[in-house]
Amino acid sequence: MKNKRAQSLEDAVKIVKDGATVLIGGFGPPGVPEILIDGICDNKIKNLTIVTNNAGTDRSGVARLMDEGCVSKLICTFPWAKESFVFKELYDAGKLQLEIVPQGTLAERMRTAGAGLGGFLTPTAVGTDLAEGKQIHKVNGTDYILELPLRGDVALIKALKADKRGNLIYNKSARNFNPIMAMAADQTIVEVSEEVEIDELDPEVIITPSVFVDSYFVTGHYEVGKGSKQT
Amino acid sequence: MTDRKYLLTREQIAACVAKDLEDGWLVNLGIGMPTLIPSYIPSDYDIMFHSENGVVGMGPPPLPGEEELDLISAGKGLVTLIPGGAYVNHIDSFAIARGGRLDCAVLGAFQVAANGDLCNWRLPQQKSGSVGGAMDIAAGAKRVYVMMTHTTREGDSKIISERTYPLTAGGVVSKVYTDMAIISVEANELILEAVAPGITPEDVQSATGAHLNIENSQEIKLNL
Repeated sequence: MKNKRAQSLEDAVKIVKDGATVLIGGFGPPGVPEILIDGICDNKIKNLTIVTNNAGTDRSGVARLMDEGCVSKLICTFPWAKESFVFKELYDAGKLQLEIVPQGTLAERMRTAGAGLGGFLTPTAVGTDLAEGKQIHKVNGTDYILELPLRGDVALIKALKADKRGNLIYNKSARNFNPIMAMAADQTIVEVSEEVEIDELDPEVIITPSVFVDSYFVTGHYEVGKGSKQT
Repeated sequence: MTDRKYLLTREQIAACVAKDLEDGWLVNLGIGMPTLIPSYIPSDYDIMFHSENGVVGMGPPPLPGEEELDLISAGKGLVTLIPGGAYVNHIDSFAIARGGRLDCAVLGAFQVAANGDLCNWRLPQQKSGSVGGAMDIAAGAKRVYVMMTHTTREGDSKIISERTYPLTAGGVVSKVYTDMAIISVEANELILEAVAPGITPEDVQSATGAHLNIENSQEIKLNL
């Protein structure tokens, strides 16, 4: 059996290279793999395209990644929030490209990438600014937008526990995009608080099977994103 | 402009919306004013709240000492899970939204047009907006109710014959609850259902940028 446990943070994130497209889990602070992100910041990686729901909270997590100049483009659903002030500064200064995607569409674009599909038809955003330049298809009298798959070179996700094969369970609303992103990248790296033996996770409750996990880094403690302490 | 003292409070508007939510419904509440609604749901009703970040059966904010930092609403406030609730991933959460499982979504808005067009994700002067799940939820919910002030701070009507703001979803709004009135959106006609105590249907019409059918309007009965 392949040992997927990364021996150090440096080891865990070394496959993230300049210019990569990186999917990062989380909605608000829950589910953001902040420790993995810190590892990428420490490696001074540049020109990343980041795919994630929010535009960072305070100065930690995705906000730190932007603050340290690692990011050239952000693909997200909800960039304008008072806690995302780092994003605003950089965007206003012309240092970041932004693509806004409706939330359900963002999730489904990653799922289709992971599922080997060529895209999907959605009623979301028909007739809006976010449909500009996209193909419209009529099915049974209803207009749908053709949306294309969105794949990452790397997915950085956060889970509560991994067993030694890499099967994952999550914690409450920190699940969010994480299981989807795990499917949608060439390499999926997981931040987990705890590693357990192979038969300790009930197969009926495993959310992400090990086949979607390339490596996991065990932090030894579960820490929620720093921003949530102010909520 | 009508004197604000005659207008409904946010809580009174929330109570009006709550009265129209039916026992057994699954409901998504938008950020802001709609989050006041759960307090006014009758205690014997089984209404489940969906939060698009993956909570089906969202409960009220936690008691002091019982906070779970990994359990938040779409507005990022700390919440709880009701007994029998479930956590889901984003695919399942938006299958609920787009797949027609939401009996109702109650959302805020910048503008609602007479044909039911909803504008709530971006102001025209902004370079870009924060769409979040608004377009998916508005496109997929069985009913979209809007809860908002009747006019902007400058006194401009938010209910107009044709939208001038960027569209969120076309023709989806079926009811509008404001600090002045409750209005139903019927086939290209706005029906004034009820008006706030102390003002007249004509007051509402003059504060509205679209024609209202005021024939059968009643006064809103407040229990607050």
